Amino acid sequence: MPSDAQNTRRPRTEHWVAPLAETPLQEVDAADTTGTPRSLWAEAGHSLIRNPVFVISALLILFVLFVAAFPQVFSGQDPRYGDLSLANQKPGAEHPFGTSRQGYDILARTVWGARTSVVIGFFAMLGSTLIGGTIGALAGYLGGWFDEVVSRITDIFFAVPLILGAIVVATRLGEMNLWTVVAVLSVFGWTNIARIMRGAVISTKSQDYVTSSVALGASSPAVLLKHVIPNAIAPVIVTATVNLGVFIVAEATLSFLGVGLPTSAVSWGGDISDARDALRTQPSMLFYPSVALAITVLSFIMLGDAVRDALDPKARKR
Amino acid sequence: MLWYIGRRLLQMIPVFLGATLIVYLMAFYTSGDPILALAGDKPISPAVEQQLREQYNLDQPVLVQWLLYLKSVLTFDLGVGFNGRPIWDQIAAAFPTTFRLAIIAVIVETIFGVIAGVIAGLRKGQLIDTTLLMLSLLLIATPTFVLGFLAQFVFGLQLGIAPINVGRDPSWQNLLLPGFVLGGVSFAYVLRLTRTSIAETAGADHVRTATAKGLSRGGVVTRHILRNSLIPVVTFIGADLGALMGGAIVTERVFNVPGIGTLLFSSIVSGEAPMIVSLVTLLVIIFLLSNLVVDLLYGVLDPRIRYAK
Repeated sequence: MPSDAQNTRRPRTEHWVAPLAETPLQEVDAADTTGTPRSLWAEAGHSLIRNPVFVISALLILFVLFVAAFPQVFSGQDPRYGDLSLANQKPGAEHPFGTSRQGYDILARTVWGARTSVVIGFFAMLGSTLIGGTIGALAGYLGGWFDEVVSRITDIFFAVPLILGAIVVATRLGEMNLWTVVAVLSVFGWTNIARIMRGAVISTKSQDYVTSSVALGASSPAVLLKHVIPNAIAPVIVTATVNLGVFIVAEATLSFLGVGLPTSAVSWGGDISDARDALRTQPSMLFYPSVALAITVLSFIMLGDAVRDALDPKARKR
Repeated sequence: MLWYIGRRLLQMIPVFLGATLIVYLMAFYTSGDPILALAGDKPISPAVEQQLREQYNLDQPVLVQWLLYLKSVLTFDLGVGFNGRPIWDQIAAAFPTTFRLAIIAVIVETIFGVIAGVIAGLRKGQLIDTTLLMLSLLLIATPTFVLGFLAQFVFGLQLGIAPINVGRDPSWQNLLLPGFVLGGVSFAYVLRLTRTSIAETAGADHVRTATAKGLSRGGVVTRHILRNSLIPVVTFIGADLGALMGGAIVTERVFNVPGIGTLLFSSIVSGEAPMIVSLVTLLVIIFLLSNLVVDLLYGVLDPRIRYAK
């Protein structure tokens, strides 16, 4: 075995091979073996905090959540107090965004509307993810006839568009409140989660560590809950994040159509719908709730995008 | 190939049956008795009630009602709605308008979406790519009805180049603005899908080979990059046709377009159950058929895909 000192002399043989230290290959092959290896999530978190898209969307979401939690910080006015003698005012000191056709303070309506949208979006996301996640995980893990039947049921719900199904049921239910809207959106919005969960579970359950824990005698529920789902959940979380934005849009659309929350509720969708009749006289009625709605939805979609990139090792740059 | 189509048509049957059953139950039964709901607060004479029940088969068990309904669909004899007008006539009157609207929307999302996606994908990371990506995110985040109001405000009120309300018997020209609004969100999705797909394919070996053998840039892009990138885009557009019909409810309401969406919405609000069921069945059929067409297009786009058995 030639030592390093001999090797630097570069013998004139035909099959001379450069030592690894002198080639750029070393840099390519270099792996950090000193620290403890990071998990997928730690690695993703590490690359997320350097991604400007993530930082911007996370800050926006924190801001929206803060507004939803403490709306009174941003507006001292009561969003449900309408004074017709003060209707259609231009922005001024008393009403920074002006007043609506009904004499509502537009700033107060916009700020308090955040709570409605965030609560409905969050719980509809939670509900649809639980329904879709459970159905998809069981279908993917059990396979066989159960998978066949469940997949066809998913197809059936997939064929009925979210908004269409929601309108039909919402109209039949009569007066809606926050929780019936959440229920309707969950019941018609779980299909894409179920499909993604099923696919992820199928590809995870053939992994060696799953096979070995089955071989070691772990029970089916234990394998599914401890090994399969934690390793298959990443794409579901991404889709659920984007879905949260989709549900906020769906709630606003239902309120716009007049089949969602009642007009007494403070909702961006309802306010935007009211603005339609004042398009000529009071465009700020349309402008502020629309911008608030778009920014909220945008931040959740951007967050989903950023998390997807971070969890995909192929797309990740060191 | 014929075998494949036949098998796919067979697979559609359970989905079709399930979807119509769900919609039938939702339309007729989620809020008690449809005939009593029709009468409202006023008492209804037993003779009229009996006559209505027989006319809509409501005196039969639910599953029999649903089967009788399926029979009426298959024989194209949809009967008359609660409002006394033949359902088929009402659909036939509204359909051409929505069809035009959907064509404009599909052209917007397909042609503009793919062109913008190709431009962004080939210049990934450059200014035009970033701009188009931001635009697409904004479009996705803006609900269709907000987009519609903004379009009415800008193009209708400020610029005065498009009508705010479309009204009866709309011309192609009048449907242009609603069509763009309807296709707006899908345009953004098509742009993003095409961009990702193009950027991936542009680095493939066969593209480098095509460039190396001296093919012009245009030839490489259209024949080697674009064709190989279109499969996810085609999948999306096919699945989106169903969503477009749902989106038509919102767009038609914003612009007062007398199409299927308006008809469906007014039927839902007024509890016109026979009409709801017929329209949703129509939408489900369109959705299933467009998905089949997409699957058949795969083979045209990528000859490596063969349809087994």
